[in-house]
Amino acid sequence: MHSQARRKFWIIASLLAPALAIYTVFMIYPLVGTLQTTFYQTDGKLQVFAGLDNYRKLFFEPLFSHQLLNALGNNFYFFFIHMLVQNPIGIALAAVLSVPTLRFKGLFRSIFFLPTMLSVVVVGFIWQLILSPLWGVSSGLLGALHLGFLFKPWLGLEGTALTTLSLMSVWQNIGIPMMLIYAALLSIPDEILDAARIDGANGWELFWGTKLPLIMPTIALTAILTFIGNFNAFDLVFATQGALGLPNFSTDILGTFMFRTFFGNNLQQGDLNLGATIAMVMFFIILVGVSIYLFVVQRRITSYQL
Amino acid sequence: MTFSVTRLTALAGTALVLVGVSAPAFAEPVTLTMETWRSEDAKAWNEVIIPAFEKTHPNIHIEYTPTEPTQYDATLLVKFQGGTAGDIIGCRAFDNPLNLYNQGYLGSVKDLGAVANFPAAKLVAWQTDDGSDTFCLPMVGTMHGFIYNKDAFTELGLSEPKTWEEFHTVLDKIKTDGRYTALALGTKDTWAGGTMGYLNIGPQFWHGEEGRLGIINGTAKFTDPQFVAPFAELARWGQYMAPGFEAQGYSDSQQLFTLGRAAIYPSGSWEIPGFRADGDFEMGAFKVPVEKDGDKCYVTDHTDLGIGMNAATKHPAEVKEFLEWTGGDEFAQLLADALPGLFPLSNSKPTFSDALATTFISWRSECEGTIRLPYQILGRGQPNLDAEISQDVANIIGGTQTPEDAAAQIQKDLDSWYKPAAK
Amino acid sequence: MSAAKPRKRASGWSLFIYVALAAYAASAIFPVLLVVYNSIKSKKAIFGQPLSLPGPGTIDFRGYETVWEAANFPRYFLNSGIVTLGSLGLTLLFGVMAAYALTEFRFRMSRWLSLYITIGLMVPIRLGTVAILKLVMALGLMNTPTALILVYTAMNLPVTVLILSVFMNTVSQDLKNAARVDGAGEYRILFGHVIPLIRPAIATVAVFTMIPVWNDLWFPLILANSEATKTVILGAQQFVGQYFKDWNAMLAALTLSIVPTLILYLLFSRQLIAGLTRGAVK
Repeated sequence: MHSQARRKFWIIASLLAPALAIYTVFMIYPLVGTLQTTFYQTDGKLQVFAGLDNYRKLFFEPLFSHQLLNALGNNFYFFFIHMLVQNPIGIALAAVLSVPTLRFKGLFRSIFFLPTMLSVVVVGFIWQLILSPLWGVSSGLLGALHLGFLFKPWLGLEGTALTTLSLMSVWQNIGIPMMLIYAALLSIPDEILDAARIDGANGWELFWGTKLPLIMPTIALTAILTFIGNFNAFDLVFATQGALGLPNFSTDILGTFMFRTFFGNNLQQGDLNLGATIAMVMFFIILVGVSIYLFVVQRRITSYQL
Repeated sequence: MTFSVTRLTALAGTALVLVGVSAPAFAEPVTLTMETWRSEDAKAWNEVIIPAFEKTHPNIHIEYTPTEPTQYDATLLVKFQGGTAGDIIGCRAFDNPLNLYNQGYLGSVKDLGAVANFPAAKLVAWQTDDGSDTFCLPMVGTMHGFIYNKDAFTELGLSEPKTWEEFHTVLDKIKTDGRYTALALGTKDTWAGGTMGYLNIGPQFWHGEEGRLGIINGTAKFTDPQFVAPFAELARWGQYMAPGFEAQGYSDSQQLFTLGRAAIYPSGSWEIPGFRADGDFEMGAFKVPVEKDGDKCYVTDHTDLGIGMNAATKHPAEVKEFLEWTGGDEFAQLLADALPGLFPLSNSKPTFSDALATTFISWRSECEGTIRLPYQILGRGQPNLDAEISQDVANIIGGTQTPEDAAAQIQKDLDSWYKPAAK
Repeated sequence: MSAAKPRKRASGWSLFIYVALAAYAASAIFPVLLVVYNSIKSKKAIFGQPLSLPGPGTIDFRGYETVWEAANFPRYFLNSGIVTLGSLGLTLLFGVMAAYALTEFRFRMSRWLSLYITIGLMVPIRLGTVAILKLVMALGLMNTPTALILVYTAMNLPVTVLILSVFMNTVSQDLKNAARVDGAGEYRILFGHVIPLIRPAIATVAVFTMIPVWNDLWFPLILANSEATKTVILGAQQFVGQYFKDWNAMLAALTLSIVPTLILYLLFSRQLIAGLTRGAVK
């Protein structure tokens, strides 16, 4: 008995060791070092211990707290658009793709996933070209539908830029929930589905009554991945709207706020201590989300063994 | 130091002889890497400038390694911290390299003989506040103004405007005619409006250095008429810009102009090399208009690029040899030929073959020069002055803020962190 | 078979489904095609008539010529391929093992270890760049693909473990226990029984982790920007200047950079199908 427990320990340890080693050395160690700097301030070549002063600055000096609140608000908006648009559409696409009688399945799936494979440089370029008021792609398309009056320079207006950007991001990332849900749907054994069909369920009932409960863990997974991805987002905003979240900070999210504070932007010089402090705030926000997922949601949702 | 004396002599014109003598001492060429954000100059450097240098300095090989401009500052900082930065460093102006110097990453270049070949006003951009040390040599200056489509002007029967009144008449005529967008400018990349709008025309109103030093010394305020007036001028520009200019980025404006769809492009000399490659029509340039014909003119002649030395380089002697060379006549002439519009900052007087570049450079003697207002000292605090001016220009052109409001807010934010040293 | 019945009943419905799918497909593919076909147009035509297809007057391969001449792109592709496949292999292997350990064995630390492994998702790894750079130099891995492979493996392990855990939880306990009764060791169970059952999930993870690696600009810039180790995306950046972008070359380079990801995707996509059929056979 004792030796069996020991054997089990060694199996677990050997399974975990390579992943934990690489991960700890190349991820945790560098990050811990950086996050330590949040308790210091830079003075020339020296790092001077400053206690919680960076946090005080970030939370209570209007100059920074306004930017933080603004970025936080924008980030939540960014996240809600993804939850409202990206994930439901992703689930719907996956559900349709998993219908056995659907034709051109592979073609559709590949096309739907195509945007997800692009780099943000391409995505940024594509949409700026399409949405630009100068080159007439979207105004031309709208005009052809007699909807030309709807056209606006969306990416340039404070009221519409963030929504536009969120939708660009949805367009790019929709492949992720779609593929995950699709993989989950494929994993459902035919016996279960056949049993439901024999009970007289039609396609609609089959999805809502049988498949959906079975893929709930995956749906929760896509939600938490969306949350993490959105609160860490940076590249797309940086590529299309710059480090300042133009126009007028209306697309500024935590990632861009952190980047420009950490590395500086144009004439503004970088402050790596304050930048790391913002990263720490991002860390805690995501930590709360992931903890809820790991300790509450994952426990509540029944994981059916198939 | 004998070394710098030798280099001084070399600068005086005996470079060839000296190198000929010293070359056998260095059998293996030393490779120096040059950090820069100027990818668009890579061809000129790799095919013209570096080969010319290596021809006379066979002991040194230079690798030009540009980094994507928006990533350059971040990358360079990380490389310095990690100890992997190149030997030769492309320097932006003022505080960015000053910080690198203060952290010990940029070495001092004040003992180089070439320093003597630069006017004091140009060295300021790469010196400590008290002027006691110099950390980069000035390399490239860029000048502001307006580039225009000559064919379009001929077609519409227009001539270069000299005064603001003429400028507005020209804009009105282009607009009424309707074939061309009058002004190729957008406000999506706010820096474009700030740099090519306010900082371009502003010096004419605040009299160049007089106004800039006034703000630094606290004797002038942004709420003074000479600083509000350029905002008021910009407030009129929106009507002459392309519809949807709110979403028009900097490179959109460039395309609009080089495709021949816009008549006037408020910008500067740094556009010349790219426009030469892209635009297939005649271009001209006119300087910032004045109030009355014959008024004294002011031109922004900005200290834009410098070149410095990694303090931790393994080959300081070779880096210095290269830096000395960039301060001399040969480099100035090569730069003038290969990259017209990126004007050398040294006292050398190269000849320019490019007509547009010649027009721009002629303003150096006609007008009083100044640099971009928020770059020296004033760019240090937060809210960042340059970013705020740029955003306000976008607001003003878009009609969501008045010039007076913008000026008052800018002054208030400046006061929040900046206390002028002396009244 | 039951399949025939819903098909008949829903022919109007299924028409609607096809129309909806086609419409969405168009919105997904049109922008990409826009980049691809503009990459063989003259710059004037790109901005003059971005919508129109390349024709006699506007066709221009200058971008591709520039890319071909300016840089060692075949080499860059090779580098990107080595880095992507290398980190993908390590991520999947170690990720599968870790996920199995965390889901199969309920030990005291398992949830905390799961949390620990997700920390990597919570802080932008960019912030640790300086420490990573120093580490890579200390290990003598500067300007090697190995450095990038290790960093990307560490970067992708969290999401891999997170996703695979969810799917491993669905594998039948009876099956594993039966194997154990037959005397199979845990590694045998993992590689022989569990992995085949979650192949769709593994293929999905493979696709997810490969994309950010292929498209990353930052770490190649810092850790491997020598000519011999440059990646495609880093190589494409040379056409982006401070003021001028060589649009032709950029579009050409970006179009070329899409191709390998597409090929890899199609390869993994076959795994998805393979997983499906195997599941049915079982």
